Amino acid sequence: MSLLHIMILIPFIFAIFVPLLYKLFNSRIHTGWFVLIIPVVIFIYLLRFIPGISSGEAAYQSLNWIPSFGINFDAYVDGLGLVFGLLITGIGALVILYSIYYLSKEKEALHNFYVYLLMFMGAMLGLVFSDNILVLYVFWELTSISSFLLIAYWYQREKSRYGAQKSMLITIFGGLAMLSGFIMLSMMTDTYSIREMFTQVDTITGHSLFIPAMILVLIGAFTKSAQFPFSIWLPDAMEAPTPISAYLHSATMVKAGIYLVARFTPVFGGTSEWFWLVSGIGLITLLYGSVNAVRQTDLKGLLAYSTISQLGLIMSLLGIGSAALYFGYGDEADLYAAAITAAIFHMINHSTFKGALFMVVGIVDHETGTRDIRRLGGLMTIMPITFTVAVIGAFSMAGLPPFNGFLSKEMFFASVVDVSNLTEFNMDTFGILFPIIAWVASVFTFIYSMILVFKTFRGKYKPERLEKKAHEAPIGMLISPIILASLVVIFFFFPNMIGDYLLKPSVAAVLPAIAENSIMDMYITPWHGWNTELFMTIGVIALGTLMYISLRKWAGIYRMYPQSITLNAIYNSALDKAQSWSASLTDKYMTGYIRDYIAYLFGFFILFVGGTLIVTNSISFDASNNAPVNFYEIALMVAMIVAAFTVLLAKSRLTAIISLGVLGYLVSMFFVIFRAPDLALTQLVVETVTTALFLLCFYHLPRFKEQVHKEKKGVPFKPLNLIISIGVGVVVTLFALSANGTRLFEPIAGFYEDSYKLAGAKNIVNAILVDFRGIDTMLEIFVLCIAALSVYTLVKLGLSRREK
Amino acid sequence: MESLMSILIGVFFAIGTYLILTKSLLRIILGTSIISHGVHLLIITMGGVKAGGPPLLGLGSTSFTDALPQALILTAIVINFATTAIFLVLSYRSYKVLGTDDTAQMRGNEDE
Repeated sequence: MSLLHIMILIPFIFAIFVPLLYKLFNSRIHTGWFVLIIPVVIFIYLLRFIPGISSGEAAYQSLNWIPSFGINFDAYVDGLGLVFGLLITGIGALVILYSIYYLSKEKEALHNFYVYLLMFMGAMLGLVFSDNILVLYVFWELTSISSFLLIAYWYQREKSRYGAQKSMLITIFGGLAMLSGFIMLSMMTDTYSIREMFTQVDTITGHSLFIPAMILVLIGAFTKSAQFPFSIWLPDAMEAPTPISAYLHSATMVKAGIYLVARFTPVFGGTSEWFWLVSGIGLITLLYGSVNAVRQTDLKGLLAYSTISQLGLIMSLLGIGSAALYFGYGDEADLYAAAITAAIFHMINHSTFKGALFMVVGIVDHETGTRDIRRLGGLMTIMPITFTVAVIGAFSMAGLPPFNGFLSKEMFFASVVDVSNLTEFNMDTFGILFPIIAWVASVFTFIYSMILVFKTFRGKYKPERLEKKAHEAPIGMLISPIILASLVVIFFFFPNMIGDYLLKPSVAAVLPAIAENSIMDMYITPWHGWNTELFMTIGVIALGTLMYISLRKWAGIYRMYPQSITLNAIYNSALDKAQSWSASLTDKYMTGYIRDYIAYLFGFFILFVGGTLIVTNSISFDASNNAPVNFYEIALMVAMIVAAFTVLLAKSRLTAIISLGVLGYLVSMFFVIFRAPDLALTQLVVETVTTALFLLCFYHLPRFKEQVHKEKKGVPFKPLNLIISIGVGVVVTLFALSANGTRLFEPIAGFYEDSYKLAGAKNIVNAILVDFRGIDTMLEIFVLCIAALSVYTLVKLGLSRREK
Repeated sequence: MESLMSILIGVFFAIGTYLILTKSLLRIILGTSIISHGVHLLIITMGGVKAGGPPLLGLGSTSFTDALPQALILTAIVINFATTAIFLVLSYRSYKVLGTDDTAQMRGNEDE
């Protein structure tokens, strides 16, 4: 257990003590203050890795978990993991600080909240620092579960439960798909370690499971990162408390999909399938999210769609960047490697400005009681600090200088322009779509960013429409958004600080081949002359402003889209149908009649045993070693068959019982023929007692139905039952014949023939029962005792009931 | 002999299965009894029939029938007896309590 593992596990361990702390101190100190220590400590601990990792070293610690299956908890810290780790703990600390003022310690169930939050934090850290794919999967699902719990934090609300269930169903579905993809990967490479897979890329690329594994892993990433068409869970996840939306559903958890794609780029990247799937879905999501964000009236809904859109942007950059692997290394590879830089840079930027914006929306909600854009307005003078933060965040999101969003947006434009000139992967035909979609989506991004700021803070203040009298938030609630907003500005002026220490090592982790073979010349600058990117940005601002001003004139277009074919409507009806279909299907076969269930059992027996006999081609018939048959044995057999049929066909119970007795005695005759005197004796005794028992019951039980309804002629046969029974008989016969024809092993009976020497017994069967398998026989007696007690109890219980 | 026995066992299983699939409790118990006869005969047949003398050392025979299946069946007979007894008493009880021996009418519970 190394310090690295302790770091991952400490949120879980601390979570155990949270309820205790809540109980002891909550009346005086907000529980959040205790929890805050954890991310701060881990953040500082992680900062210490920066010097080593920026010089190209990675930290690695192994911990045996299930070594016999090759599953070890291998913690691995490289550039990519470190960026995520810093985001998780850094934003985590700010969010917890914010939540201390956001969630009232009197009203809210804080112990639940912080337990879930810590669980999430630990799971997320485990996810980004795991080298073993199965460990990664476990943490991946843990993030889904903690997200579910946090969305349903206000579980009294129906919408919260709906949103929680939706996110759970979609992300767990994706997680399972990812698991199957992982299993395929491990089948191809015979390892669970991601880094060992990097060394076997050629084996994986040439394998027939390559495409299925890729698609399954991508489904996992796309569901988690809310990519189209799995994006529908994210807007409903906004039912969670705002600190959670800021933390899980914009800054960290939804970026797990980004992480996964980046992490597996060296494995799958460089192929046209990966390039098109990742960048294509990314661009569609970018456009879908930004277009839909404009129509939202709920501020958090707007931010949710905006997050979807921004995630699409990052995803498409990763797709574009994967082209670098196609070229190996050199100038062209460097060109596309810049897209990976842009992706990770934008991801960091997005976490800062979107985190700040979520916190701003939380403040507005907290201080006015609503998030509805139609009811808000004119808050600029009432909440000046909040307004400033909102402007910084929104302008950064829109891609305006002097904010960090401008830098990464320019880099994004540069990448889509570069990639449109690509001649591989059919890009000469479709390449031009990339800059067009990117540009149109950016126009909409600009519009919703403006809506967010100006509809909320400008315009007329309408106090009569608000539930509370609006006022500026307490200073504690403002600290976190102010820190994030300052970072937005600082990153703009000093981008290369991040570039050198964080981006370079991350890109090296995503594109190891390039990092080894060329010196990455990475220099981010706000000004790079009058180039295409800059003109694109100017165009976005011009058209965006124009469209924002004329918003009312064209917003009606949104209403023209039919509600019945939205993704949400499809999801809802699919969910309803799945429930009603499964209910009707279950009702069909779960009839409640024992007889039906027994029929299933026998049917399964026929299919399974008979099927195995046929599939393994083991039906054989070999009568050469058979013992001879004489006349009176055949006569006995005929008598037995007659007796058995009499039991079956008998109309009176007495006939049936007596026939069964006859059958039993005939069986004991067979035991005599088969040289089994002990069996014959036992069978005789048992059969006599059993028949007596049957006759006793006969006295109490009712007559057969056929006897009662004499008008019915003969015994009614059920065709299906007949087929099943004949099937069972045939399968057993075939089985017996085949088993008789194939003798695989020598009998072990020879050992027992020494019974006189070994056990001092001349009767071998007795020696086996009371000596060789003595304990077995003792337990058998025990079973008999239990049976006797049960019989006694059942009979007695009936008597006492009657006496009452 | 073994082939004929196999067919006989198949007939036992078929009849037993059919009886188990009927509604009357008594018939179900009759069916289980017939199936267990089939099982016993199956085990002893699979051990090889009439391959030697009875497994008694005092009789002076030089080769013996396989004693192991016999020991197994002996156990099976006794256990089968115990289960049959319980089945019978259970059906007696359920008839007393529920007033029917028809499994189709024993469906559901009071909550439904």
